[in-house]
Amino acid sequence: MKSDRARVLGSAPAPLVVPAVAAVAILVVPVVAVVIRAPWRSLPHDLTQPDAILALRLSLETTLTTLGVCLVVGVPLGWLLARVEFRGRSVVRALVTLPLVLPPVVGGVALLLAFGKTTLLGRFLESTFGVTLPFTKAGVVLAQTFVALPFLVISVEGAFRASDARYDDAAATLGASRWLTFRRVTLPLTLPGIVAGGVLSWARALGEFGATITFNGSLPGTTETMPSAIYNTLQLNQEHAIALSLLMILVSVGILTSLRERWISGVAP
Amino acid sequence: MRRILAVAMAAGVALTSLVACGGSADKNSNTNSAAPTGKLTVFAASSLTGTFTTLKSQFEKAHPGVNVELSFGSSTTLADQITAGAPADVIATADQASISGPEKAGQLAAKPVEFATNKLIIAVPPNNPGGVTGVSTLNKATFVMCDVSAPCGAAGSQMLKNAGVTAQPKAFFPDVATTLTQVELGEADAGIVYVTDAMGAGSKVKAIPIPASDNVTNPYFIAAVKDSKQAQLAKDWDTLVSSPTGQSVLQKAGFGAP
Repeated sequence: MKSDRARVLGSAPAPLVVPAVAAVAILVVPVVAVVIRAPWRSLPHDLTQPDAILALRLSLETTLTTLGVCLVVGVPLGWLLARVEFRGRSVVRALVTLPLVLPPVVGGVALLLAFGKTTLLGRFLESTFGVTLPFTKAGVVLAQTFVALPFLVISVEGAFRASDARYDDAAATLGASRWLTFRRVTLPLTLPGIVAGGVLSWARALGEFGATITFNGSLPGTTETMPSAIYNTLQLNQEHAIALSLLMILVSVGILTSLRERWISGVAP
Repeated sequence: MRRILAVAMAAGVALTSLVACGGSADKNSNTNSAAPTGKLTVFAASSLTGTFTTLKSQFEKAHPGVNVELSFGSSTTLADQITAGAPADVIATADQASISGPEKAGQLAAKPVEFATNKLIIAVPPNNPGGVTGVSTLNKATFVMCDVSAPCGAAGSQMLKNAGVTAQPKAFFPDVATTLTQVELGEADAGIVYVTDAMGAGSKVKAIPIPASDNVTNPYFIAAVKDSKQAQLAKDWDTLVSSPTGQSVLQKAGFGAP
């Protein structure tokens, strides 16, 4: 049954449909392969192994902390980039999005050079707060934040831009301070976009591997997150690694499904 | 899937015996036919980076028109890639377990040959901030090692067991190169690495020996890949590695004789 629109425009042309199908295949076939190859019979056993539970718990614990950090610092930055004109704004935006294109391993090395035990900053943190970051849970959160934060900032900035700034003006003429306007007007209006950005950055943190393993290595229960556990297990027991991969896919699909509606409505209101 | 594997294994066994029988005839044909040219792809454990790069230039000098491409990585990863049909001509691993994967899958042209050995050592930063003097003092320091899934990690945990050390490393890393980097950067007070890695790092790390009674010797194995289109070159490469020339390059880098 065709809609009126489709009748008027005609069917989709092959030069667009064929590459689009190829695109879907490139993205979907590998995931389907994992699902097919998954050891379904031993799955309940594989996923209740202590190492799987330990890694999943650590992943959830660290990524939720990362999400909190991203929201606390990322939402204000997104607002600043969207609503305040200041010198060097485009430079700040470019720098903030740099981790998006940087290979995560480079991010890990950069973090070591910045926050390592022997660096100025690292020594300051250790002598002042008694904190060392590499090889710790805090280090995992830092590595995840480094790669996930840009996703949040970009989507939150987009949400702030898409929401009508004239509401801010109206609130200001009614005597509201900018801080009050932000809390009572801007934030509620852009909440769906912030939620979408949060979920997206959380998903990125959950899949983080390169920066985390370079900065922290992997120690079960402390720094061995799901992706690290999968990588290490792959060398010893492929079936078990595939089972863990399937779990990651299920969690990611869950996130994306919950995100879908909000995300699409955020991009094309 | 299983059936395909079984067939491949049977084919591999048949081919292996064929090659073994035809060994002497091959040598004669080599002198008659024109020297092979083209690309020779060698997969090698990352601990062979320095030595194989040296051997590459020697090999290319002796074989004009041949370009050796070296691909380094974790032995287990490389072996898995060969088993999955990666287009390599030679594979060299830092242990026996990982090369037995493609061997059992019938992906090798001949039985793997041991060509070198490597031992473990404790690498510490030059100023030795953790005051590590040997295996027994590791527990006082922040030390790192390879994950047990990599040969260097399996050897490392065996060595700790031999020495009766119960201390846990601060972190595991996927291969010996990243483990050593942590020591070079001073993040870790000590790292359990191969003798050759510590030697390769020069003055950036200090090496603290491990008593022979606790130490673990890793044998290095090499084999030509069955599906190689450069069978003769692959064999020549294996010969070079086991020759006095190859052995002197390896032993200068700290490897032991097979």
